[in-house]
Amino acid sequence: MARLIARRAVLAGLGFSAIAGGTAGLAFSPDFREMVLGTGERLAYGTHRLIGRNALAPEFTEADLSPDFRTNGNTMPRSEVYRRHLESGFSDWALRVDGLVNTPMAFTLDALKAMPARTQITRHDCVEGWSAIGKWTGVPLAQILTRAGLLPAARFVVFHCADDFGGMAYYESIDLVDAFHPQTLLAYAMNDRPLPVGHGMPLRLRVERQLGYKQAKYIMRIEVTSTLARTGLGKGGYWEDQIGYDWYAGI
Amino acid sequence: MHADSSSSIATTRPACDAKATGGQVVFRHRLSTRLWHWTNAVACVILLMSGLMIFNAHPRLYWGAYGANPDHAWLQIGATEANTGYLRIGSLTFDTTGVLGRWTDSNGQLRNRAFPSWATLPKSYNLAQARRWHLTFAWVFALGLAAYLLRSLFNRHLRRDILPMAEEMRPAHIWHDIRQHARLKFPKGAAARRYNVLQKLSYLSVLIVLIPGMVLTGMTMSPALNAVFPWLLDLFGGRQSARSLHFLFAGGLVLFVLVHLLMVVLAGPVNEIRSMITGRYRLPKEKD
Repeated sequence: MARLIARRAVLAGLGFSAIAGGTAGLAFSPDFREMVLGTGERLAYGTHRLIGRNALAPEFTEADLSPDFRTNGNTMPRSEVYRRHLESGFSDWALRVDGLVNTPMAFTLDALKAMPARTQITRHDCVEGWSAIGKWTGVPLAQILTRAGLLPAARFVVFHCADDFGGMAYYESIDLVDAFHPQTLLAYAMNDRPLPVGHGMPLRLRVERQLGYKQAKYIMRIEVTSTLARTGLGKGGYWEDQIGYDWYAGI
Repeated sequence: MHADSSSSIATTRPACDAKATGGQVVFRHRLSTRLWHWTNAVACVILLMSGLMIFNAHPRLYWGAYGANPDHAWLQIGATEANTGYLRIGSLTFDTTGVLGRWTDSNGQLRNRAFPSWATLPKSYNLAQARRWHLTFAWVFALGLAAYLLRSLFNRHLRRDILPMAEEMRPAHIWHDIRQHARLKFPKGAAARRYNVLQKLSYLSVLIVLIPGMVLTGMTMSPALNAVFPWLLDLFGGRQSARSLHFLFAGGLVLFVLVHLLMVVLAGPVNEIRSMITGRYRLPKEKD
């Protein structure tokens, strides 16, 4: 019994020290705080890849569509090149696919529309908290990547966009699990109409198990990389670099 | 009737309830309960304050699967064009200038945000950092709940100490306890060894409704988890309903904590707080 009491006392001591030490560390040590606050993102990413690698996002019906799907972020890219493409109806525009691929390729909008398409009605969740339901039609990203062929070192797919904030072009990135997920699309139509400018004409990413800032609009170029360190400021996306949003969107 | 299973502390516990008397020190809280209590105390403060910051990013609540600015919000906090803060619930609007919607920060600056800086983590608007706090401590909260519930089923803490007995659920008994509480007359001596029925009911509703409700509605807001557990969306009526319920359950927990703290102060804070650290509790004397 004495041993039992001793063991219990040790457990209690360890437990209470951990709680008190952890709280003090969070309050007073910025390094410790940074280390701890990365835990949620790491645990979420690891857990989701473990339990739901290929799970499909819920799909809805026409009756569930948001009557008014709001826009946010940039709603009209400022670049001259984009404006010229907009005026010519993207007739001489092409999506470039390069980086760690066997064959760098370019796809015109007509070529993309001629490929087997997928249509899905899904919910778009902004990091700020609101949700809207829309109908998206586009080419599964997996088809594009399979056509170009990935090199063995490929780990991430980076989307370079036509819009910018203060001169810095928007970009986003996802891993290959999300890139090859059957619901991950390069969407060129929304609610049965050509993708509106406010929602990313000519192409926007739909990566349905992620938050809104991952759904890059105005995609001009897709780059396959082995690391995110050499793109932007190295955190994998415009908002990740600028204000510290989690790359995996962590929930 | 409530034999304590913590036999290792047998020296400090009475042979049975009937023999326990006021002034005697008894073993009251198991180690699992105590560790979870303090972990949760820290996690809940962090989760609440970072949660209020996250709410500030979009201070509107909806029912259903979707909900955004063009849609009807059942609750909204904001500032009017005349620069007064308001809280709107349904068709009722309250002027909350100074507290909600429009308030003065610690530098004397007027701000138009839902919750004021003294209530949020971090203090000034930062959705990214608030999410990192929230989504890290959500794991502490959820894993703590899982460990505690498993342990409490295993050591029968829930059945023995928290589930009210049939006799306690008689209206007359509950009414008696309410009257005693209202007069600030708390159980003394042997009766204070056990939780009274009002305590049992409030702890039970927190343990099996509010805390699991927080975790599950939180999970329902994750698009990735929606793919893995789509039934959660059906359970709560869609992602925006889950977000509203998350907010309401949090309100319930805040209310619980306020009453809990008040009761600790009224029942003798030193004895109560010590018992949640060492596990040992001095039974209040029958006569003061």
